[in-house]
Amino acid sequence: MSSDRIVGIDLGTTNSLVAFMQGESPVVIPGEDGLNLVPSVVALDERDQIIVGNAARKYLIETPERAVYSIKRLMGRGLEDIREEIQLFPFRLAPDLQAGEVLRISLGQQTFTPPEISAFILRQLKRNAERFFNAPVTKAVITVPAYFNDAQRQATKDAGRIAGLEVLRLVNEPTAASLAYGLDKKQNGIVAVYDLGGGTFDISILKLHDGIFEVIATNGDTHLGGDDIDNLLIRIAIDDIRGDANLDVSRNSEVVATIRKAVIEAKIALSSSPQTTLDIELPQGKRYQREITREQFEQLIQPIIDRTVGPCKQALKDAGLKPPQIDEVVLVGGSTRIPKVRALVEELFQRKPHTDLNPDEVVALGAAVQANILGGGSEATENMLLLDVTPLSLGIEVAGGVTDKIILRNSTIPASATQYYTTQIDGQANVAIHVLQGERELAKDCRSLARFDLKGIPPMTAGMPRIEVKFLIDANGILHVSAREQRSGKESEIEVQPSYGLTDDQVEGMILDSFDYAEEDFRQRQVIEARNETDTILAALEKGKKSPAWGQLTGDEKKKIAKLEKALIQVKAEDDHGAIRKAIDALNQGTMRLAELMMDTAVSTALKGKTMDQADMGEGSETGHPVARADFE
Amino acid sequence: MTIESNTTSSLANPAEAAAGCWSCGTMRAVHFCSSCGKVQPPRPVDYFMFFALPRKLNLDTALLEREFYELSRKLHPDLCARADKREQEWSLEQSSLLNDAYRTLKDPIKRTEYLLRLEGVELEEQSKTATEKARATGEIKKQVVPPDLLEEVFELNMQLEELRMQKKLGEDDPALIEEIGKHKLGLEEKYESLSKELKTDWDDWDRLSDDATEEVRRRVCDKMVDLLNRRSYIRNLVRDVNEALEI
Repeated sequence: MSSDRIVGIDLGTTNSLVAFMQGESPVVIPGEDGLNLVPSVVALDERDQIIVGNAARKYLIETPERAVYSIKRLMGRGLEDIREEIQLFPFRLAPDLQAGEVLRISLGQQTFTPPEISAFILRQLKRNAERFFNAPVTKAVITVPAYFNDAQRQATKDAGRIAGLEVLRLVNEPTAASLAYGLDKKQNGIVAVYDLGGGTFDISILKLHDGIFEVIATNGDTHLGGDDIDNLLIRIAIDDIRGDANLDVSRNSEVVATIRKAVIEAKIALSSSPQTTLDIELPQGKRYQREITREQFEQLIQPIIDRTVGPCKQALKDAGLKPPQIDEVVLVGGSTRIPKVRALVEELFQRKPHTDLNPDEVVALGAAVQANILGGGSEATENMLLLDVTPLSLGIEVAGGVTDKIILRNSTIPASATQYYTTQIDGQANVAIHVLQGERELAKDCRSLARFDLKGIPPMTAGMPRIEVKFLIDANGILHVSAREQRSGKESEIEVQPSYGLTDDQVEGMILDSFDYAEEDFRQRQVIEARNETDTILAALEKGKKSPAWGQLTGDEKKKIAKLEKALIQVKAEDDHGAIRKAIDALNQGTMRLAELMMDTAVSTALKGKTMDQADMGEGSETGHPVARADFE
Repeated sequence: MTIESNTTSSLANPAEAAAGCWSCGTMRAVHFCSSCGKVQPPRPVDYFMFFALPRKLNLDTALLEREFYELSRKLHPDLCARADKREQEWSLEQSSLLNDAYRTLKDPIKRTEYLLRLEGVELEEQSKTATEKARATGEIKKQVVPPDLLEEVFELNMQLEELRMQKKLGEDDPALIEEIGKHKLGLEEKYESLSKELKTDWDDWDRLSDDATEEVRRRVCDKMVDLLNRRSYIRNLVRDVNEALEI
């Protein structure tokens, strides 16, 4: 069943993780560096190779123009709604970017869309899992912030496809966390999940009932998280430096990246100690040092963390609950390590929040639980079922630019609504439909999902056609639309112009492009394998040189082996696995007689009074012909 | 968002509905096979029928919730992730139908409105077209004031107007605010009592026998429509009061 192995992925703003269900409990799969967290950082190295994770972090400081972080903030968004982000984050938009086009970010001389950059991260996680299982991984559950809209969800799904993953389900992060949490507790009651991550905030209120995890209400802010705290501190440091050292470093991206690293460290330190020092080296041999106490820090971040209060109150109101009716509060996301955040949650819900699960890992663990359920379940997940909701109302623009809501927020998904449309003039063949997402009254204040035309309506007098349009939000929170003209029974052709996001053709193209990277991966792996094989054969040769058989070789034979050995060592340093293989083969050929002689020695030793067992053919084959080792691969 | 050009009806042919399970051929429950558990194609049913409930308004919501959970355990797409494409499609449609039905029936007002629509009362469409028309022309939608509220609404509207005026001028009149607060309390009480009244209408409806004449049925329906209208009128009024007080 290895081909059916489904992993759970937390594609985070700051860090990403991959987990799976090992037996009856979910575990995080570490990366090659042994660490569970893969920083969501993507860089292009000096040879234009994509680097992801911890290895990419150094590029943030060394070559900031070739690295990107927090790409999740740009997923499913258009140029017009990222003005704020562009001011706060060092995103380098492609210079030729047009309004209305899917965003593209520059990394060195190349440009990538946010789904492609996310796909690099996903591919790294996929690779980590494949190395762990020593088998291909093609199916995944990926988590998204509960408050993600349709376009952001679609972009995440596209990223999965580009990375070569079949995304079986998008699961909301707080809901995933509740799954991991509920796996331990197995109890009934009302649970609130407060999830403050690197870039997004979610609050979800769930009812746990004999294994059913029913979300009653959810709310949030997809642009609120630890990033905002970092940016605030960076701004203060830059202002200070301007005042104290009379230096404007705001345009020096290397210094800003250094400041960012320092303030993040300070932020983390202040969660456990009452004060810390910012110490940053500046150009011109200057230095910025500043003491910061936890009290000062808490005052500074108060306005940011206060922004989580409104969504929490709204979610409680939507759920029809008062704080005392909440049985448990669970904290998720790295930013909930901040004592002030914990205090705020405690005050809001009038109870001490749970902190026993690692807030960085719990979402990925929950995704693994959901992956297990989708895969058919096991003893641990028996009877577990997730009933999630759509975070935002779905609406249609009607006369006067008003939004007519047809599926209300917090409706359990899958959910559907059917609308009927007709024509306004005789013989009208098209009807335009504008689909919106959001809570506001006016269409212009809601998020535009798509505009499309119902085409090919058979000619009839005005008002006669009856076009049934069915809107269905699936279990991923993604909208599907289908239409039918009822009077004539004729199919209506639908032409879509998604307001944001990639078309299917674009995604297909990116999948093809990604094969180039996959090939690059494959090539690198072959080089590594060839090098490993080289080490093995050289070690075997060293052993052979010490054996009595070595003395039986002629001087010419020894010279020839030395030459081949030197050639192999030389070619090993290069990146050409074909050349390495050729050199290995040549050395194998050249040592053929040595191997035979060694084998004879082993056999004759055996005949000289030892049993075959003691002669240890295992040992013999290892010291024997080096090619034997290569064949084991 | 994805758009499907699929335009065929998702609903199965009713004639097929009487047949056995598509997968194992044995007798089956409505939405899933009682023998092999496979999800069946959705049938054209209303929300009451979906839960095998009579078209009555008094309803045990605790029982409905249990039924909802039980059916979710059979129909949810998460449980069909490994099934063939066709069954996955049915599971998606069946569970969206289940969720839509549960959402409508568990809420007393939505349930009443839904039943009225099933009975041919175009409740929502009327108010919707009226709302749209009013919005398009930029007018405030005129609602018929329930006669018993006429006097009170007139007085309240005067007071609200005065309050808005004062707020604009930055003045503060605690006596007026108290007056309005009293009205609000009275309205909220009326709103509550309407819920009780609705219960009486429900009982009237549920007592109707199957062979009740169209005229009798219509009379009960009309009573409910009137009540729902008054209810929404008061709700909007309370909202206006709250807005005026908050500004």
